Amino acid sequence: MTAVVADHERIERAWRDRPGLLGFFTTVDHKRLGIRYIVTSFVFFFVAGLLALVMRAQLARPNGDVVSPDAYNQLFTMHGTLMIFLFNTPVLAGFGNYLVPLLIGARDMAFPRLNAFSYWIFVGAGVFVSASMVIGKAPDGGWFAYVPLTGKAASPGINLDFWGLGVIFVGISTTVGAVNFLVTAFKLRAPGMTVNRIPILVWSYVAMAFMILFAVPAITVSAALLEADRLFDTKFYVVEAGGNALLYQHLFWFWGHPEVYILFLPAVGMVTTIITTFARRPLAGYLWQVAALIGIAFISFGVWVHHMFATGLPTTAMGFFSAASFVIAIPSAVLYFSWIGTMWGGRVRFTAPMLFALGFLLIFLIGGITGVMVASLPFDLQVTDSYFVVAHFHYVLNGAVVFPIFGAIYYWMPKMTGRLLSDRLGRWSFWTMLVGFNVTFGPMHVLGELGMARRISTYGNGLGWDTLNMIVSLGSVVFAAGTLMTVVNVAGSLRHGNPAPADPWGADTLEWSIPSPAPEHNFTTIPVVGSRHPLWQLDEDGEAIDGPAGPGRRGTPITGGLDTVHEDELVVPQPTALPALAALGVLVFFVGLLISATVVLVLGGVIGLAGLVTWGWRTDVDRPEVAT
Amino acid sequence: MSTVNTVVLGPQDRSRRTGWWGMVLLIVTEAMIFAALLSASFFVRANSASWPPAGIEPPDLGRIGVFTLVLLASSVPLFWGEAAIRRGQVGRLRVGLAVSWLLGAVFVINQVLEFHDLPFRATDDAYASLFIVITGLHGLHLVVGLAMSVVVQLKAALGWFDARRHETVTLFSMYWHFVDIVWLFVFASLYVSVRW
Repeated sequence: MTAVVADHERIERAWRDRPGLLGFFTTVDHKRLGIRYIVTSFVFFFVAGLLALVMRAQLARPNGDVVSPDAYNQLFTMHGTLMIFLFNTPVLAGFGNYLVPLLIGARDMAFPRLNAFSYWIFVGAGVFVSASMVIGKAPDGGWFAYVPLTGKAASPGINLDFWGLGVIFVGISTTVGAVNFLVTAFKLRAPGMTVNRIPILVWSYVAMAFMILFAVPAITVSAALLEADRLFDTKFYVVEAGGNALLYQHLFWFWGHPEVYILFLPAVGMVTTIITTFARRPLAGYLWQVAALIGIAFISFGVWVHHMFATGLPTTAMGFFSAASFVIAIPSAVLYFSWIGTMWGGRVRFTAPMLFALGFLLIFLIGGITGVMVASLPFDLQVTDSYFVVAHFHYVLNGAVVFPIFGAIYYWMPKMTGRLLSDRLGRWSFWTMLVGFNVTFGPMHVLGELGMARRISTYGNGLGWDTLNMIVSLGSVVFAAGTLMTVVNVAGSLRHGNPAPADPWGADTLEWSIPSPAPEHNFTTIPVVGSRHPLWQLDEDGEAIDGPAGPGRRGTPITGGLDTVHEDELVVPQPTALPALAALGVLVFFVGLLISATVVLVLGGVIGLAGLVTWGWRTDVDRPEVAT
Repeated sequence: MSTVNTVVLGPQDRSRRTGWWGMVLLIVTEAMIFAALLSASFFVRANSASWPPAGIEPPDLGRIGVFTLVLLASSVPLFWGEAAIRRGQVGRLRVGLAVSWLLGAVFVINQVLEFHDLPFRATDDAYASLFIVITGLHGLHLVVGLAMSVVVQLKAALGWFDARRHETVTLFSMYWHFVDIVWLFVFASLYVSVRW
């Protein structure tokens, strides 16, 4: 017994971060980084939400004069940019960082330093893009920044450069994060976690990461060519010099549509996890869900032109993309039947996280149906660029992503902080958000059909839009109030929440087998997985998950083969400031590009390279001599 | 307390570790960047009346053909050196890396000189922009590869590698071979196909 205790202390010592501020900049702990990712992206969520409230104040009445048309352009551009690039994508990366290693029984991600780098790049890109608002020159060409409007001729200011460079910048973070998720899920699963026992949430992150690897290069190229045109006077999109404006749209949407599913799939994984736990039975149709996730990931690469139906492409081509867009409804329906089947056969507990999951089912159903509507070419031509489209994509991107994220906060925060949230306040928050959401975005469908175009900064009276717009604006305040209730709940829980037990929900996945909050090394003994629901397997066949003692140093097992057997040990690197330094170099480099200052650019390049080379140099040193 | 069932692995299997997978996935996403750029080139070309635009000669195949062979040849000593280090022959690895580096550098130097000889500038029209940015991005990948090679060569000179521990060598050669193969696509799209 004493030996085990001593072993435990030795592990804890090996995994401890440095104290204080130094520890903050040097940590490579996936849990600290994951939580920090979530907190940072929520800052952007609330900033972007405030921008939306200002827009709704402007549009509440006809002939609104809260902001000027120029400011309004900046508002809707930044709202979309912050929400998509700096909230939705990174917040899901944050949950993935925190959860994926815990769900597969690993002690860290496959590349812990790369993980830190990914986070610091995200922070750098966030600071970079937000700086535009501070100096009052925010991007104003819409969140998809179509040329020729965003070309140098039509938009000479620095505004759009913040957008173009920022998008490339944050793409680095997303890409290296995706590589990390995939290798982690491939090689660091606990012994026995064979392919057919991987939790759905991990599957959803695998599908998401694959999509990122194939989709993000397209937006990187589209934005890089835009910036080359703007900064270096190339002619990619300049029609008079043989360029092509539609090229931009193709490249952008080749990323843009998969991006919707990049955001949606992890949300699906969260909903499945929550529903399984609170229906208190194994998931119905596990293999079907996995197939649906992979199917959606594939098909989503064949639908991008449905964003371009109004650009006058050949009808045959549009017919193909329209058909492919309809096909996506099939795997989505498979997911629905799986969720319904799980609840049907279970005994549902209506806790706050479960309510958010159920709210998602309702909202995504509506968003999915309007999605099938706009996939139809003749209908789309009627409503394109109207508030109908605004309503549709908010049902999908806000409703179907934000509700699961709030559900995930209620579900996993006890594990992250070791304190329980108030379920009662959570239910209040849910109902307020659900009502606010539908009152905000429901009437927008009608406004679109009445002819209200998106992105107009105001409208005259007598068009029949006045009442609905007022309702929409009031709804947005209710929705905002609902989200604030969760903020209050989180703050209250941090101050005086009840301590959370290891498993407050009676859940099935491995993260609930360890104390709350999770210790720095996650698992003292490495779990051995014998079922899809490891914590329920005790009830199933009496098999305990406790495996052999894990490595007594900073290490985690590498597994492989069809049976997922132990192969080797991954040495987890020591805390280091190199990732933060390299990311700082990248930030300085991008600032140099932005202000066209070669000195700054070179300085950034030197800092970045110094960081990366030192990092590469240390990689072998970190490997123990005893590795063979 | 039971011990974990450890499978005995050969040297090849050991390299299929996290680093190997990480490099494969990095190559996948890098390949997509080139795929997107080359698709962009074909898209603009398909929507243009003539390609290259009237008045611009297609690039000369003779000179670049020779240097393409030089670049492809740079992969051979790397294969040889990597095979040698698997048997623990550090000397051969050093020679292989050095020869490969020289061949790569010769190709890059030719690219820089060719850029100076081009009858157009990147700011002229879309054709010129595409040609220069795509070949330039490939050249940048080569420069990064040469820099990586310097780090690997330093590690080799310091005697860090042996028959079992040479993951860095494996990862670097994967990257280098990838950049070589990408050149074949760039060459076929921007040099060869414009002649038809």
